[in-house]
Amino acid sequence: MRAPDSSEVLLDVERVSLAFGGVKALRGVSLNIRKGEIRAIIGPNGAGKTSMLNVINGFYHPDQGAITFKGRTRARMRPFESARGGIARTFQNVALFKGMSALDNIMAGRTLKMRRGLLWQMLRYGPAQAEEVEHRRRVEEIIDFLEIEAIRKVPVARLPYGLQKRVELGRALAMEPDLLLLDEPMAGMNLEEKEDMSRFIIDVNNHYGTTIALIEHDMAVVMDLSHRVAVLDHGLKIADGTPDEVKKDQAVIDAYLGVAH
Amino acid sequence: MIALGQFLEVLIGGLMSGVLYSLVALGFVLIFKASGVFNFAQGAMVLLAGLALVRALDLLMANGFPFWAAIVLGIGFGAAIMATTAWLIERFVIGPLVNQDALTLFMSTIGATFIIEGAAEMIFGSDVYPLRLFPTDAWFVLEGLFPGGILVNKLDVWGGVIAGTLVAGLAIFFQWTKIGRALRAVADDHLAAQSVGIPISRIWFVVWLVAGLVALVAAIVWGTKLGVQFSITFLALKALPVLIIGGLTSIPGAIAGGLIVGAGEKIAEVFLGPSIGGGIEYWFAYVLALAVLLVRPQGLFGERIIERI
Repeated sequence: MRAPDSSEVLLDVERVSLAFGGVKALRGVSLNIRKGEIRAIIGPNGAGKTSMLNVINGFYHPDQGAITFKGRTRARMRPFESARGGIARTFQNVALFKGMSALDNIMAGRTLKMRRGLLWQMLRYGPAQAEEVEHRRRVEEIIDFLEIEAIRKVPVARLPYGLQKRVELGRALAMEPDLLLLDEPMAGMNLEEKEDMSRFIIDVNNHYGTTIALIEHDMAVVMDLSHRVAVLDHGLKIADGTPDEVKKDQAVIDAYLGVAH
Repeated sequence: MIALGQFLEVLIGGLMSGVLYSLVALGFVLIFKASGVFNFAQGAMVLLAGLALVRALDLLMANGFPFWAAIVLGIGFGAAIMATTAWLIERFVIGPLVNQDALTLFMSTIGATFIIEGAAEMIFGSDVYPLRLFPTDAWFVLEGLFPGGILVNKLDVWGGVIAGTLVAGLAIFFQWTKIGRALRAVADDHLAAQSVGIPISRIWFVVWLVAGLVALVAAIVWGTKLGVQFSITFLALKALPVLIIGGLTSIPGAIAGGLIVGAGEKIAEVFLGPSIGGGIEYWFAYVLALAVLLVRPQGLFGERIIERI
């Protein structure tokens, strides 16, 4: 896939380290994400992929190193602050609001976009009502886009796994993020569901121009989808480049196939 | 006709004390709905709110403030104390336990109960303090229909009006506002809520604050009826069967449950008491709750529990 023309860096991770007790999840990892690209972070189990995502969106704070997002470097950012800054994400094991319908889940993604005061909202009057209608319209667009019209009123706990993943993507899209983080978007899916999800990811990138960083286990999926790939192994970055470059890299082949030490 | 008149009188009295159970149950439901925590400290919060209010009132009146000014300032002071409590609980008890399971959070509220009870009595004293905000005398209504009329306590009417207003306000708050939606989101999944930009600590503060204000309202009504005293905390135990009957997650359920318990226990006491011995009032609610658990474990108004296997 052709890389986007822009080479402007949206997010820059510099020498980030993170340890849990004696376990070093990340060891001085640097990587950047350019505006408009689909960036993959891959690696075997326990490579530090999810830790990297959690550091980027503020669930974890790095022990060392810095993260620069949209030109601003920050030390400790809390998750809701990063959401406010324009970072949305999905989770490896689907974290939806289980008691709510698909529609309400996606509406929850609009939380930050709502401006009207509490009192107006309580009265359902004037500008607050117009605002609610406007948000509903945007949410319906996303529902159409993800082809989940039929299940919008269903409590998400009742949906099959593949559809839950799709609703979760919808909730992240509703935030209209500058950077979308996807944690194993295809995990546990069958081939057909994987193809659907790949199509949505490419469409999001094309239509809305959203920058996407995704973590995947499955090399084949990632190679078709992404512009650039970074490979982590045991908390270290062992390769970074276009899918073709990474595929040929000896260190990557060793990490995935195992090598006699 | 005498029997019917007496029945109505008992029924009305029962419903009105049911409103009071509802007020306490409401505090539990609010916190459970919004954070998935069963807040054992709700009874202690009612005591704290009541003591803060009544002691402030006494002090203000003793210093020559007019009655209405003392009430406004006293309620303001009570609200401020509940806000402080909410902040402290979020900061030091619940806040550090984000993403822990429900049982851990429940245990932490048991700890908070003892601290709140101790602090409340240490700061505000441990006597019985009478609270007089409403008229407590009786009305006799429908004298034309029933000989002697039906006795209705004015306080009970006030209690009903206040509870009704409170419930309507809360229902609107939860259903129609952004914060309401955020509260429900936090209850379902802490991590996901944070990822869509909900500041979880602020939301928890709001929940505990609202529960604190509900406790203050409950304290006003209960305190006027019985005086503000330590035994108010035991009323929290009466709220348990109310919650089981109404459903832990339902605001209307808390109200209906309270009314059922209140009316049921009074009617049982008066009409069954003579034949099977008195004291029914004390256990009736629990037996009723057991019966509901057998038939409808999620309560009359609770959400059906759906579990994927």
